[in-house]
Amino acid sequence: MFSYYLRLAYLSIRRNPILSALMVAAIALGIGASMTTITVNYLMSANPIPHKSQQLFYVQVDSWDPNEPAEEPNEPPDQLTWTDATNLMAAQKAPRQAAMASSAAVVEPPDQDAKPFNAGIRLTFSDFFSMFDTPFLYGGPWDAQQDANKEQVVILSRETNDKVFGGENPVGRSLRIAGRQFTVVGVLADWQPVPRFYDVTTGAFHETEELFMPFLLKQALQLPNGGNTSCWKTPEEDSFEGFLRSECVNYQMWVELPDTQTKQDYLTFLTHYVNEQKALGRFPRPLNNRLSDVMQWMENQQVVADDAKVMLWLSLMFLTVCLLNTIGLLLAKFSGKSSEIGLRRAIGASRTALFYQHLVETACIGLAGGIAGLLLALLGLMGISSLYGEFADNLTSLDLNMVVFALLLSLVCSILAGLYPTWRACNIAPASQLKSQ
Amino acid sequence: MLTMQELTKTYRTELVQTHALSNFNLQVEEGDFVAVTGPSGSGKTTFLNIAGLLETFDQGTYNLDGENVRGLSDKARSRLRNEKIGFIFQSFNLIPDLDLFDNVDVPLRYRGFNSAERKRRIERCLELVGLANRMKHLPSQLSGGQQQRVAIARALAGEPRFLLADEPTGNLDSKMAHSVMELLKDINDRGTTIVMVTHDPLLAQQAKRNIYVKDGKVSELPSLTTAAIFTAQAVNAD
Repeated sequence: MFSYYLRLAYLSIRRNPILSALMVAAIALGIGASMTTITVNYLMSANPIPHKSQQLFYVQVDSWDPNEPAEEPNEPPDQLTWTDATNLMAAQKAPRQAAMASSAAVVEPPDQDAKPFNAGIRLTFSDFFSMFDTPFLYGGPWDAQQDANKEQVVILSRETNDKVFGGENPVGRSLRIAGRQFTVVGVLADWQPVPRFYDVTTGAFHETEELFMPFLLKQALQLPNGGNTSCWKTPEEDSFEGFLRSECVNYQMWVELPDTQTKQDYLTFLTHYVNEQKALGRFPRPLNNRLSDVMQWMENQQVVADDAKVMLWLSLMFLTVCLLNTIGLLLAKFSGKSSEIGLRRAIGASRTALFYQHLVETACIGLAGGIAGLLLALLGLMGISSLYGEFADNLTSLDLNMVVFALLLSLVCSILAGLYPTWRACNIAPASQLKSQ
Repeated sequence: MLTMQELTKTYRTELVQTHALSNFNLQVEEGDFVAVTGPSGSGKTTFLNIAGLLETFDQGTYNLDGENVRGLSDKARSRLRNEKIGFIFQSFNLIPDLDLFDNVDVPLRYRGFNSAERKRRIERCLELVGLANRMKHLPSQLSGGQQQRVAIARALAGEPRFLLADEPTGNLDSKMAHSVMELLKDINDRGTTIVMVTHDPLLAQQAKRNIYVKDGKVSELPSLTTAAIFTAQAVNAD
């Protein structure tokens, strides 16, 4: 019967093309608006590393001002000092760990004709790549020894390699960065976690950096600070080294703790560490260490912007209004079919059969509305992308999940909208219709 | 075949109660061709709707082909309508978007026949009403008489034991009405029981049996007497 109902739906839609088009348009507008905001929220709140997000923990220790917390209500600072980042790394208490920071330097391509350019740098440790499962196009990460030796090695993003080496395998070649010679050890394949969870302090939806190099080179090469630097007291010495020894925070740290026992052990270690530092006159605030897994950290950092949530609710309300309009249009349409419904009842159709027949028709309209709505959502996302520029590029793509979700949403919405008109249509007294045709 | 005993049906609004049928008794035997006549508002249509299970009744009993229909569920009533009753309406009630083949197919779809069986029945019925060569035509491409023939084919497709016809020639000119009436008599001769509501005494005369409904009750009269009553009424009205 399903194919029969589909055929009847087609005929019914063809019989009232304007009314049907209005219903499709109403659903399409609602789905288009809601899918635009749902997509942005979905990508903002996506798990960027689902297979191990519960094993990766962001480290926080409370080195802040004794008189007020870094953020109400008693939040520790969201980054570490150089002292704490290097101390925690030196302790090597987690199976894998990587402190990191953002910086920038001028890259001088080997091709004399190519212009030097400024590149963003992620300073980090070798565990960064294995912890976050970064894909490599060529070569691989540097090792822990190279971290300790502060070797001038670099990993390029794919785009940077395309720009500097024309996309060829550059492993082993030299590249002049910040006035020093670096050896290329690897090139990352396309890698753009959304959100860029490993450092949301500089923008959760920014591109990954162009270069990756050992963290300790920051000190050796006196590389500039990138991202957000916060201080609760002025550095005691006005020099680069003085800044590194200060209580200013500018560094992030992630550890991989595969089970609750290692997590508990690491928290115990943090407690010992802070107590040691307290003995040295630091950490004036009460103990307030935190280990947040990836999604907890995204929540803590409010990666999903409040205005995106507001827009989501507004668009869902708009979808509701569109569906109410659809209900009105369906009522009008089905009331025009009452004589046919009466006839079908008279010659053997049960209410249930007619109910299914008309639900199939509303589902067809919903599906058409969903497809048109997807096109509108694409337009909406392109609009957002052009309005907000590069920042929004990673938030404005419809993946297969969202396409399927949009079609399901429009199906469910149209069926819900069709329930009352369909119920009314099926309860028409057939006898009253058969004389009146 | 059809037995109604002491049937009553009352329509109620906030202000008035209308007794459409009261103590309505009727027995129709298998193979009968019954013409139901009576003045407007006498209860003919209510009788037909109850007989066709399109309406319920308040009191009394109604057995259709040995089955008491009181209290049957919507699904069971729909099944009975589909399997045992064929309807023919004054205004044909064909679905305008569907061609003749698909119009005749409608009751068969709800019966659950496979496509080969449906095709066999549709072709046979359209052949019977003389429209086998116009299966792919839309109703709007046919004359009124041809449309009524399609409606008859649709009513016969499910091979019902019982045909209910409500003014089947009411919208037709006399020539077409005669042709449709001949078709109905032919169908009755093949064994299908027919109950036909009509205002036309000449048409009623052609049935095997006439009943006259007045004030929601049955009075059975010989065919010629019925014609005389109608003629007298027409004269009085003038």
